[in-house]
Amino acid sequence: MTDVREALFIARTTDGRTVRRPLSPHLQIYKPQMTMALSIMHRITGVALAVGALILASWLVAAASSDAAFDTVSMLLHSWIGKLALLGWTAALWFHFSTGIRHLFWDVGHGFELPQVQASARFVLIATAVLTLVTWFAGLLAL
Amino acid sequence: MVEFNLPANSKVHKGKSFPAKDAKNAKTFKIYRWTPDDGANPRTDSYEIDLDKCGPMVLDALIKIKNEVDTTLTFRRSCREGICGSCAMNIDGTNTLACLKPIADVKGDVNINPLPHMPVIKDLVPDLSQAYAQYRSVEPWLQSETPPPPDGERLQSKEERALLDGMWECILCFCCTTSCPSYWWNGDRYLGPATLMAAYRWIADSRDERTGERLDALEDPFKLYRCHTIMNCTQTCPKGLNPAKAIGEIKSKLAERQG
Repeated sequence: MTDVREALFIARTTDGRTVRRPLSPHLQIYKPQMTMALSIMHRITGVALAVGALILASWLVAAASSDAAFDTVSMLLHSWIGKLALLGWTAALWFHFSTGIRHLFWDVGHGFELPQVQASARFVLIATAVLTLVTWFAGLLAL
Repeated sequence: MVEFNLPANSKVHKGKSFPAKDAKNAKTFKIYRWTPDDGANPRTDSYEIDLDKCGPMVLDALIKIKNEVDTTLTFRRSCREGICGSCAMNIDGTNTLACLKPIADVKGDVNINPLPHMPVIKDLVPDLSQAYAQYRSVEPWLQSETPPPPDGERLQSKEERALLDGMWECILCFCCTTSCPSYWWNGDRYLGPATLMAAYRWIADSRDERTGERLDALEDPFKLYRCHTIMNCTQTCPKGLNPAKAIGEIKSKLAERQG
């Protein structure tokens, strides 16, 4: 489907030739805002969680199939790169969880005032850091 | 559609420089320029202005440049006091009204661009036809079957009237709409914050009798639900209004209606 806005890009020069209008700059010039950063991160972490869930599922599938398969996947997850991925996954989980709660508040009509938005943004970032650290300390202690 | 890069004809090139002669308190304004006549890409021209000989607002500087340095510079302006909405543009990375933005608020050079992700007519003048057509589509006027009382106006209680505060003040500058990434990518069908707040202004009006039809018209995955509460709109509104909250109210009304 053609974008209806296409028609607005047709212009004429002073002597009557048609020219194509430029699109004004957007992401290139818009000063990054906490509001938009958190929004896009909510989406990116959502995708990351889906991918991470596949990895965890493959771990369970391996456990169900054979000792050798389980050992291979476990080894991969215990390597530094595997641990880094798991750390990223936990951070993504807690971030998505916190912003998800923020969205629930918005859905029932609370927290729309700018000072509240800024406060909840800070809260999300702090909660993500704290919950990720707590998860990893608890996990490493349990090992 | 999501397209992060600018099309080839829209990439901004380096433009001309206009230094100020013996200015003691010089500030550089980097301004987006494009004209349909020269067949060239947009460019950024730099103008040095002596702040000792210029009014305090960014609009004062633009008018000074047009009067004294480069008469070809094109921008919209009218009231110079934040009530007409004509001089909406992107200054220092966020959308605002040039007449309400103090030059002193900007550290370093002052970057000025047209409202983002819009077709450019010339320099700082974007084509707002799409936004206006969308505004028209929500029928922003009082609609009622019941005739007004023969001896006077349709009355509202103070509480009913108070529900419209924070919405009637909108001047339709479209700073919010053009700050919204969702509107950038889906502005062909998503109505955008300014228009949605205008729609809610009539939904919330106790005198309007077409609330149900108005909600029906908005119940659409694109028109309304492309709002993901990004909140850039509220963040940037030069009048301090809260379009995101109004959109949230529409979503609540639709949810309530589902029962």
